[in-house]
Amino acid sequence: MSESTVIKHVTDAVIRFAGDSGDGMQLTGGRFTENTAILGHDLVTLPDYPAEIRAPAGSLAGVSAFQIHFSSNDIHTPGDEPDVLVAMNPAALKVHLKELHPGGIIIVNRNAFTKRNLHLAGYESNPLDDDALNRDYTLYAIDMSSIAAEACKDMGLTSKVVERTKNMFALGVLFWMYDRPYDTTIKWLEKKFHKRPELVEANRRVLVAGFNYGDTYEIFTTRYKVAKAPLAPGNYRNMNGNLAVALGLVAAAQKAGLPLFYGGYPITPASEILQTLAGYKRFGVKTFQAEDEIAGVSSAIGAAFAGNLAVTATSGPGVALKSEALGLALMVELPLVLVNVQRGGPSTGLPTKTEQSDLFQAMYGRNGEAPIPIVAPTTPGDCFYAAYEAARIALKYMTPVIVLSDGYLANGSEPWSIPDVNALSEIEVKFATEKNSEEHFLPYLRNEETLSRPWAIPGTPGLEHRIGGLEKENVTGSVSYDPDNHHKMTELRAEKVHRIANELAPLEVFGAQSGDLLILGWGSTYGACRAAAERMQGKTQSVGHLHLRWLNPFPNDLGEILTRYKQVLIPEINYGQLSRMIRAEYLVDTRGLNMVRGRPIRARDVVNKISELLG
Amino acid sequence: MNTVVTKPLTRADFASDQAVRWCPGCGDYAILAQTQKIFPELGLKRENFVVVSGIGCSSRFPYYMETYGFHSIHGRAAAIASGVKLANPELSVWVVTGDGDALSIGGNHTVHLLRRNLDINVVLFNNRIYGLTKGQYSPTSEKGKITKSSPYGSLDNPFNPPSFALGAHATFIARTIDRETHHMQEMLRRSYRHKGTSFLEVYQNCLIFNDGAFASLTNRDSKADRVLWLENGKPMVFGKEKNKGIHLNGNVPEIIELGSQWSLDDVLVHDETDFILASMLSNFTYQEDFPDPIGVFYAVNKPTYDDLMFQQIDEVLGREGKGDLEALLNAGETWTVE
Repeated sequence: MSESTVIKHVTDAVIRFAGDSGDGMQLTGGRFTENTAILGHDLVTLPDYPAEIRAPAGSLAGVSAFQIHFSSNDIHTPGDEPDVLVAMNPAALKVHLKELHPGGIIIVNRNAFTKRNLHLAGYESNPLDDDALNRDYTLYAIDMSSIAAEACKDMGLTSKVVERTKNMFALGVLFWMYDRPYDTTIKWLEKKFHKRPELVEANRRVLVAGFNYGDTYEIFTTRYKVAKAPLAPGNYRNMNGNLAVALGLVAAAQKAGLPLFYGGYPITPASEILQTLAGYKRFGVKTFQAEDEIAGVSSAIGAAFAGNLAVTATSGPGVALKSEALGLALMVELPLVLVNVQRGGPSTGLPTKTEQSDLFQAMYGRNGEAPIPIVAPTTPGDCFYAAYEAARIALKYMTPVIVLSDGYLANGSEPWSIPDVNALSEIEVKFATEKNSEEHFLPYLRNEETLSRPWAIPGTPGLEHRIGGLEKENVTGSVSYDPDNHHKMTELRAEKVHRIANELAPLEVFGAQSGDLLILGWGSTYGACRAAAERMQGKTQSVGHLHLRWLNPFPNDLGEILTRYKQVLIPEINYGQLSRMIRAEYLVDTRGLNMVRGRPIRARDVVNKISELLG
Repeated sequence: MNTVVTKPLTRADFASDQAVRWCPGCGDYAILAQTQKIFPELGLKRENFVVVSGIGCSSRFPYYMETYGFHSIHGRAAAIASGVKLANPELSVWVVTGDGDALSIGGNHTVHLLRRNLDINVVLFNNRIYGLTKGQYSPTSEKGKITKSSPYGSLDNPFNPPSFALGAHATFIARTIDRETHHMQEMLRRSYRHKGTSFLEVYQNCLIFNDGAFASLTNRDSKADRVLWLENGKPMVFGKEKNKGIHLNGNVPEIIELGSQWSLDDVLVHDETDFILASMLSNFTYQEDFPDPIGVFYAVNKPTYDDLMFQQIDEVLGREGKGDLEALLNAGETWTVE
């Protein structure tokens, strides 16, 4: 290491890797994340990639990025602005520079700053030659492609193959800069390319070249050290939301002793749930890639009728197609879990970007009075518990349940304390086996506590019965057009959802338990809300944070909590949907922070809004 | 020791307590009666039958059957039935549907069910009209039909259900008529016995909105000339005197008169396993010059989706062993915080 290099101890770092879609930025970020997790830091990640598989190379539309925030503290967000920006081409620099922390570090692949690439990015002159960039930031322009070529020159590989290793160079530099070993990445390369030893070697050489570059050349003035985070004891792994959903569903099926049936259709950003479950045949998981979204949910409803734990996952446009069938599921009162990994809408919208704008769709997006319970996970790892809870409630109350995840939770990741299988709450399922009246089996004779109806599955002798989308007479389940019965059934379906609130744990408010302002959030804004609330503690104004996990029903103690604060601020990545629900239900004059930019709301945005409200 | 004596099931065991609400004289009654007649003889326990329907007059069918039943939403019966079958492959799953339900709003599901070849029986009641919505043209209505929604004649070319099913490479395709009760029973039995998706079209008269749609096929005077009864391995002859036959001139079918010029040897012999032949026969429908084929068009054996799915699961279980939840949760790179 150069003698002029100083080591600086920091608590936090935010790094953003940005490059062309083909530059392997998601992979580079993923490797840095794994390394960070194993070193024991707390971390939160945010992948951000275009909807096109390969947008034109070098174009602004084709820029793909991955941000990681890691810390020696307990952190909640992927970071407001990066400290380090790795830009593999001019377009990446152009797109991401404006969000870089003032005085931050820029590391670029100088070889990519060709006339053509500069033109594609809309630069009239080379920004690397511009004094402003050097003045406002610390710029390291490195000929990554040339160095990679040099490192692999005797290997007989094509220049195209060698060029693709340059992301490993950037990774090596970052490993050096943040003072960490690269062994786990080499192990990973050996596994990934086990059939192509020459690729293992080329990537290894370039990774080490990057590390050594930092070590040898005297251009870097500072290395950074981040201490381990005080995570609770336990076994950890890095977890993203889609994997967590899949694991939560398998866990629920195992605990319930039911086969898991997944019917669905591929859609961004939910497809990984289907793909993951398709690999779990050793758990008896049945995945049915249906012809469309409607068949996906319909097959799941059929499987629920026949006694499986039935699941479908999709995103907003898919939910729109499934809406009629969801109404059927609630009418026939069968258990079903629908996971909506929300993305930017309306219509096709922003397929790869995050949003929270399907809350109204989940609440109201069906014909008739059609209440469905809604649970929203707060972090990537929490998706496990949300999916598990959704399955438990669906089975207990014989109802469809909607899980509102989103693109940020689905693709973002965090260290996840691996749960003890035995400590998961029990899921009890009892199929009906005998008649519940003297003469007939009564498919709508309800459990007095939960109002759920019996689950009598085909193949059970003596319980033959018919269900369907026509209104049912309560108790007998016969088709009924009786006005009083319809009114009664409408009430029962609503009451059934309300009763779920009776088993919800008491709400916990972070920070001030009463006072000036309550930050009320739901879903993936948890991190930003909590970080903002933490920053507000110890100030003159009293600020609390409450995060809702159940959006339908609202918890029983919510109304009382809202009255304890002078103001209620609701940050949402939509145009004020929870705000309107809270206003309607509790007549509270809520304030919204509504940013619909396809990106998570930042803690700083929440803090700024609080300052504005509290003056 | 007591031995349990199981009484053989009868037609009455399959009749539910619900009053049947089709119009008096509707062809659906005949289909219900024949189904209730043949179900007891199939050797299955009653609780193992599941009847799934969509929306339409025909789709009320499950309410009248004392089996497990699901009256679902428009067009989706095939998809719901697929889920039922994959949840429990031991069940005998029947889809009851209509021309609108199966070929219009639910066309996508029908075509994919047939393509996948799940072991499910589809019975399509084709009355060539929308009955429940009171008389609009359906996807099988003949072109130019005057209906409430086509006062100047419909512009749509009609779907011919067997052609539709052949397009999806269905493994069993048959047609019967509501008035031919014995034939219908035989077709229902064949549907049941077929391993894979069976697709049975039933010409069914709607006497309110499309009365007489199949009159020429059922009237005593005309039916012998208008119906071509398909029998596997038999020459395709028809007519009151059995004196007409289907002859192949090159690859063009034509009708010949048996007698001086042509003999039975010149008549095409039906082969249920011949896809090309089935395609040719299916094209006779809607052609005035040809008799309408009734019977089994096509029947071949192919692996079913449900068998393949469970085989695949068994193979993985055999190779990898039964999954362990704790191991699954702890997979990948893990680390311990003390």
